[in-house]
Amino acid sequence: MNAIKLETNAYSLFYGKFRALEDISLKIPEKQVTAIIGPSGCGKSTFLRTFNRMNDLIPGVRTEGQALLDGEDIFSMDVVALRQRVGMVFQKPNPFPKSIFDNVAYGPRVNGIRDKKALDEIVETSLRGAALWNEVKDNLGKSGLALSGGQQQRLCIARALAVKPSVILMDEPAASLDPIATQRIEELIRQLVEEYTIVIVTHNMQQAGRVSDYTAFFFTDESRTGKLVEFNLTRKIFTNPQDKRTEDYITGRFG
Amino acid sequence: MQNKLQVDKAVRTVLLISASLSIVIVVSIFIFIFRSSLPAFKEFGVQGLLGELTWRPANGSFGILAMIVGSVMVTLMALVIGVPLAIATAIFLAEIAPRGVQAVVRPAVQLLAGIPSVVYGLFGMVVLVPLIRRIPVAGNSGYGLLSAAIVLAVMILPTITSISEDAIRAVPRAYTEASLALGATHLQTIFQVLLPAGKSGIVAALILGIGRALGETMAMIMVIGNSVILPAPLNDNPLTVFLSQARTLTGNIAVEINYASGLHASALFATGVVLFMLIMIVNVSAHAFLNRSNALAN
Repeated sequence: MNAIKLETNAYSLFYGKFRALEDISLKIPEKQVTAIIGPSGCGKSTFLRTFNRMNDLIPGVRTEGQALLDGEDIFSMDVVALRQRVGMVFQKPNPFPKSIFDNVAYGPRVNGIRDKKALDEIVETSLRGAALWNEVKDNLGKSGLALSGGQQQRLCIARALAVKPSVILMDEPAASLDPIATQRIEELIRQLVEEYTIVIVTHNMQQAGRVSDYTAFFFTDESRTGKLVEFNLTRKIFTNPQDKRTEDYITGRFG
Repeated sequence: MQNKLQVDKAVRTVLLISASLSIVIVVSIFIFIFRSSLPAFKEFGVQGLLGELTWRPANGSFGILAMIVGSVMVTLMALVIGVPLAIATAIFLAEIAPRGVQAVVRPAVQLLAGIPSVVYGLFGMVVLVPLIRRIPVAGNSGYGLLSAAIVLAVMILPTITSISEDAIRAVPRAYTEASLALGATHLQTIFQVLLPAGKSGIVAALILGIGRALGETMAMIMVIGNSVILPAPLNDNPLTVFLSQARTLTGNIAVEINYASGLHASALFATGVVLFMLIMIVNVSAHAFLNRSNALAN
């Protein structure tokens, strides 16, 4: 197993009095794709958003336990610096209503890069990294919103890469895309994992099977509190689950 | 079934009539004003009305250029003072203020919209004019562009603030999240994502503000001095132009229409036509600006 990139220890999250995540201890290895699967409402996305502290935006959220990036406590880091190290791609492609160039250059610019040449280079590298360069290189001034859904999502990936993170969080990145666009995103994930640690939340079991090296299965009962049931190599989870609930879920008995 | 379709048709007709009514009203007002102004235009020509500075009805001079300049100047000054304040307030309310503070500031701002303009005028006369009169410049009466612009700035504040706030709030949350997730700070997100994305709403707010400023009458009459002069510096310092008295287009009509007759009355209607045109120009150019920037964004 690779070095540990992200880690939680006895991690719980509360919305006010409601406990959304309970006692989650998980070690996510570096430069691997880790899928988080589980039924709706089991706290997958909430857990994912722990690692770039997007949950900070919600009033009344409180956490217990530890969350670490490279062994450092995420909650005592400067949140802006954290988000430069941990990028995120959202469920619905959300490019800014700006040109393709300005979308990708946004992150570097807010981090203080003004030099046109440096920006040109970052934009090209990032778009190449997201397998979008060849489609848009002659139209960098075009609005990001004018692209197709799949292209928009790759633009969002390029935009995340431009900040040079080491981790990319993906929250159901293909949920709103057609099968062909989905396939391209999945191929891209396999390319990106050469350089990045990727954590992906997905509803799609086949997708988890195709793209991930490790899988974490989250589950919840009537309490609506999300718990980690099982974490293992993806092929083990899919061929030989240790927990009955995992088996029921991946064989489609519920969820 | 037949009955249901008939009801449907009747409702459509009622809705269509209601919608058409506002068009009919606007057009008839315009026709009325335009027709009433025709004698003046025939007598003096466009140049004689719009290009002349002298307004002396007793001598048959009806130049309204000074009033055009007065209206435009006081509006621009009000925008310079009021717009930054209004947009800053909108940003504060939409993004920064905690709920408790919002609950105090927002109604306070909205309350400003409910104050009758004569009360603003009164406040200007009793509080602002004496203050400004203290600026030691010969010929400074306190009444003039500066007092009027400050009063006007406060008057357009609530409109611009609440519409801009709505525009900022209407920006999809996904943009905010994307920006923050890229390591932008909250302020960077506001200025580089929220304001550009809310631009069309903010421009709409500005148009309404300008419309209100150009159309304001009572408060202007009470504080601007109403002298029919082209605003000019009171001494060597060019800044003293802001202490100059002026008269607005609206004020011109309101002050004189009671005793005007014949060509004089017609010239006042011509003043109304010019006001109408000014507001049209503002609207059309704002739309052009928005179309152009939307074309760029897509």
